[in-house]
Amino acid sequence: MIPELGLFALVLTFCLAFIQSFAGLAGAYWRKPEWLALVRPMASGQFVFAALSFGLLTWSFIVNDFSVEYVALNSNTELPFFYRIAAVWAAHEGSLLLWILTLSAWTLGVAWANKDMPIVFRARILGVLGLINCGFMLFVMATSNPFIRLLPAALEGRDLNPLLQDPALVIHPPILYAGYVGLAVAFAFAVGALIEGKVTSNWARWLRPWTLLAWAFLTVGVALGSWWAYYELGWGGWWFWDPVENASFMPWLMATALIHSLAVTEKRGLFKSWTVLLAICGFSLSLLGTFLVRSGVLISVHAFASDPARGLFILIFLGLCIGIALGLYAWRAPAFGSGGGFKVLSRESFLLLNNLMLVVAAGLILIGTLYPLFIDALEMGKISVGPPYFNLVFLIPTLPMVLLLGVGMHSTWKRARWEMLWLRLRTPLSIAVPVALGISFAWGRPSVLTFVGVFAGVWVILSALSEVRQRQKMGRSFFALPRSVLGMLTAHIGLGLFVLGTTVTSVFSIEKDLALRAGDVVELAGYQIKLETLRNTEGPNFDAVEGVVTIRRDGEMVTTLYPQKRVYRVQTSPMTEAGIEAGWTRDLFVALGDDLGNGSWSLRIQFKPLVRFIWLGALVMAFGGLLSMSDPRYRKKRQAEAPAPELAEGTAP
Amino acid sequence: MKKRYQRGIRVALVLAGVGIAVALMLRAFDENILYFYTPRQVVAGEAPDGRRFRLGGLVTLGSIEREPGSLKVSFLVTDNQKTLTVEYEGVLPDLFRDGQGVIAHGAMNDKGVFVADEVLAKHDENYMPPEVAEALKEVHGENES
Amino acid sequence: MTRFIAPIITLAILVGFFFVGLHKDPSIVPSPLIGKPAPVYELPLLLKPDETLGTEKLLGQVYLLNIWGTWCPGCRVEHGALLEIERQNIVPIYGLNLKDDPRLARQWLAELGDPYVATMVDTEGRVSIDWGIYGAPETFLVDHDGMIVHKLIAPINMQIWHEDFLPLIQQLKAAQP
Repeated sequence: MIPELGLFALVLTFCLAFIQSFAGLAGAYWRKPEWLALVRPMASGQFVFAALSFGLLTWSFIVNDFSVEYVALNSNTELPFFYRIAAVWAAHEGSLLLWILTLSAWTLGVAWANKDMPIVFRARILGVLGLINCGFMLFVMATSNPFIRLLPAALEGRDLNPLLQDPALVIHPPILYAGYVGLAVAFAFAVGALIEGKVTSNWARWLRPWTLLAWAFLTVGVALGSWWAYYELGWGGWWFWDPVENASFMPWLMATALIHSLAVTEKRGLFKSWTVLLAICGFSLSLLGTFLVRSGVLISVHAFASDPARGLFILIFLGLCIGIALGLYAWRAPAFGSGGGFKVLSRESFLLLNNLMLVVAAGLILIGTLYPLFIDALEMGKISVGPPYFNLVFLIPTLPMVLLLGVGMHSTWKRARWEMLWLRLRTPLSIAVPVALGISFAWGRPSVLTFVGVFAGVWVILSALSEVRQRQKMGRSFFALPRSVLGMLTAHIGLGLFVLGTTVTSVFSIEKDLALRAGDVVELAGYQIKLETLRNTEGPNFDAVEGVVTIRRDGEMVTTLYPQKRVYRVQTSPMTEAGIEAGWTRDLFVALGDDLGNGSWSLRIQFKPLVRFIWLGALVMAFGGLLSMSDPRYRKKRQAEAPAPELAEGTAP
Repeated sequence: MKKRYQRGIRVALVLAGVGIAVALMLRAFDENILYFYTPRQVVAGEAPDGRRFRLGGLVTLGSIEREPGSLKVSFLVTDNQKTLTVEYEGVLPDLFRDGQGVIAHGAMNDKGVFVADEVLAKHDENYMPPEVAEALKEVHGENES
Repeated sequence: MTRFIAPIITLAILVGFFFVGLHKDPSIVPSPLIGKPAPVYELPLLLKPDETLGTEKLLGQVYLLNIWGTWCPGCRVEHGALLEIERQNIVPIYGLNLKDDPRLARQWLAELGDPYVATMVDTEGRVSIDWGIYGAPETFLVDHDGMIVHKLIAPINMQIWHEDFLPLIQQLKAAQP
């Protein structure tokens, strides 16, 4: 009964979302106040029933209802309670339901926040959001129903994929989806603006906090995915340029560009059509990612079970969504106009460069990701594009961008002066060079590029800090800075940490594959690593061989690690559980390979300096985004704008 | 006049950037594209000499041999028509086992052995790499005719 | 003007490629054996090692031949579906245990249930080569005359059973009184 109710709730959600979009879009077109009044209650109802539907599926997992096929395929009575809940979004069907719930939550937020937004415009945005959600619900009902019964019921479930039985993976999808789906809000804002035929600075002011929130989620989501890959499947790698990773990274780059472009549109009324295009592209890349992950057109280590029927549905949906938006764009955007001018040396120019670099980076990654697909479609062979390509084409635009960022942060709108910039930047510059040299040589002999990378990181951090100092000099306290500025500086410090971590880890990591017997000692980066013994052990749903590895430095005990090779009982698949000694300056990473016979095992031992800075940087960035989002400016009443909005709040009941 | 001048600079900057990016990208592409071959194609001499490529197929059951106490391992990769010996030194992925699909990156040596520097197995239980499946399909097709 | 139209043109090209890409999805692998007689073989049984079974003895009935092994994770996945198909009692299922430890195989059937009328043992994988098997699980549908009618290279599930196998079986049964 419960699963049937769940499906029923989903159908209801669909109906409400449909009414919401019809009332919103048609009501705004024909100016029907009584239709417009329907929109917000529908958004609330949509959220309630989406939550109900999701809750009922979760319930089926909690009570181990193996008469539901999706539960039987992804859970097991031995599965710990926590993972049973996480199993809800572990596979295709449930994760789509989560997607729908998330979109409903964003819709709810847009419906009830932004009190000063004109009712017609809000109705249009909610109409677009409703349509998108309708599309996804149709998708679930037509091809991916998680509530399908398995009769007679299975006695036992097939268990959750062991790779996914991990705390980070429990929260990774919800956060990543919150980011992906949050970009739908920007998309809806863009379509709304295109329908109305105008982009105002209020429009940018309303959209910015939503974009910042989505971006912060996306940042944390991508970072979590990378962290998980690091300790769970990567044998110590933290980024593989896998299509699925790229699918989450490209929207992130677009969202980053969008945040910066929105700043210009809000403050200066410039880049209007560009901002709208970015807003469309950000969500388009989210949809594209969904398509790539779930249709099986590309080969990836993360892909869901591939199903061409699902792929076709998403492709049609994607084509319609983006096609209509871009069609509107081609039709309406030329009328947006370009506003005032600015000098070559100005904040606008720096932000333009930032946008350009980010979009170029995203474009090159997109080409690399899709290239195998193109070649295959043209019958020119089967190829894959290796990580070195991505590393190179990513660095070309982003390294100059990071270097310029240090300058751009300090430049003023319209026109900046070299003398002013020099005055502000000479101190951070003079500190950054020796600090970067010091860090570069801390782990060995760096190349020029290594130095540049380290310098870029240090430079951005110091440049951001110098902004704080400048303000203090002018007699203002640190906390008197507007939160949006504080957030911006924080996020840039995060970026600096990230760049630092990435560079040092990539260049100075040491990795060794070794055959060891119990008692053997190896020396790595000044640590003595000893495989003490190997023993059998077991967990709630797996058996494992566990290595006991002690790590000493100059004879002094640092830590003991317990890397495991697990075999999960139900799916009988082996899994490597690495032992990691984490630290601010370095990680030591020990993973157990295979039994080589004669009592020896293969081990992979790694020394990874500053690897934590990668994720720390991402967290700091996300925190900066949230800080900026909380700026009271975004909750102020609408500011006076040159052309009076023809439909204010008052015209509707 | 001034505006046009500024615009000119911007356009020039953009073009220069795009041009450099495209040039570097093409170079990077050329160096980093790995073609995919099956054992049958390799035996037929279709794979390039001395260049790295990806070899795909199934690990022949019972063909995995380890040199005791070391990380050296050799195994046979087959597409059910031709078989190649692959040598690898290092830690194998979790899901590597005989009878499963595998993709190895590396190059042929002069003894006709494929020396791999990377071995991939997929994290999916029911996995057979699509490329492998397609390659096998081709082989079957030829057998039939 | 072109800069406003360029995005939608890019999209159109991309969607075109994706459409082609979708149809290249190699999820169906046709078997060279379909429409040909099942290979001739004779193998000992798993549960009664002194008895044998093979193509000749199976003639005259429509049956499923399911290739499995305890080493094969997909086989565990499809086991529930096989038990369900057996319960429906439409066609008998014969098992072919591939390159396995017979002890483990017997334990497997005792633990998970035995959907097979009988299971043959091919420890060395000799017969499997004749069948063109390159993995497990695989499921063959064989008709009265010992012809292979259909082959599935994937874990079977109830949807595949209903959509792909049942219609074929009904046709076969209708053709043969």
